[in-house]
Amino acid sequence: MKHHLVLRVVAKFVTPLILLFALYVQFHGDYSPGGGFQAGVIFGAGFILYALIFGLDAARTVAPVSVLRFAAGLGVLIYGGTGVLSLLRGGEYLNYNVLAADPIAGQHLGIIMIELGVGITVASVMMIIFFTFAGREQS
Amino acid sequence: MIDILVDITLFTFLAIMAVAIVRMRNLFAVVMMFSIFSLIAAGLFVIMDAGDVAFTEAAVGGGISTVLMLAALGLTRSREEKPATRRSWLALLVVTVTGAVLVYGTMDMPAFGDPNAPAHQHVGPRYIEQGQQETGVPNLVAAVLASYRGFDTLGETAVIFTAGMAVLLLIGKHARRRRKAADEGSSE
Repeated sequence: MKHHLVLRVVAKFVTPLILLFALYVQFHGDYSPGGGFQAGVIFGAGFILYALIFGLDAARTVAPVSVLRFAAGLGVLIYGGTGVLSLLRGGEYLNYNVLAADPIAGQHLGIIMIELGVGITVASVMMIIFFTFAGREQS
Repeated sequence: MIDILVDITLFTFLAIMAVAIVRMRNLFAVVMMFSIFSLIAAGLFVIMDAGDVAFTEAAVGGGISTVLMLAALGLTRSREEKPATRRSWLALLVVTVTGAVLVYGTMDMPAFGDPNAPAHQHVGPRYIEQGQQETGVPNLVAAVLASYRGFDTLGETAVIFTAGMAVLLLIGKHARRRRKAADEGSSE
């Protein structure tokens, strides 16, 4: 789609806004609708829009599949690691109460950490699936 | 009153979309229709005050799955072959009876938002009463998903991770290279 000038200009303008909105949904999920899953999907959608307009190779330069593969695992690791951390601090698995000095702060910290893990995994998996499917066309 | 009006309008559009999707043969248009279908469904969720669900429906159904289907369409033809037109009254009968039974089944369902519904009697009241104090998170949906039901969400994340890895293993670059090597090896 290299020759669609309008699409290119609009996409260039919209992509950073989509990514910013994804971060807002991610970190404001405690207070408003949203959370890791939705944020991850929106973040992935931003990259997919970029790939659709500027080509797969450009998008893969920004987010190589090897990095995405690492990130997909990292997200699950953050989630599971939060559970292990609460085990180490003397609570049950995924009991966030023990993560900080008082239970409310612990809950807050735990929820932010696991939502981050969900977001990272979902975003990178969405990108992996799209890049793999779209990459088949070229070969 | 206005809620009912909007509900009826959205459901009418939903039904129109469903019929259009069934009747259409151009798969590109069908994918777009699916996207609109999801968007209307998301609107219905907003009316039901289910903001989180609406968000997911709009992002996944209206956004990502549309793009993925378009990517899949790029690998195949974008027109569905016309099926042989043959009227089967038995099929129509089965569908009608099944639909009638399903509608009959909804008669016993509790009314929308009924506080005495079984689904609202189990652990829901405790989450609503204690959730705010216990987690300090204003969005109760986030509190339930991330804290009370943390194990479920961990499972969901693992499922998504597995899906991504499965796609990579099946049609990723490494899989293709290995298959190529295997083909060359067998032809020699």
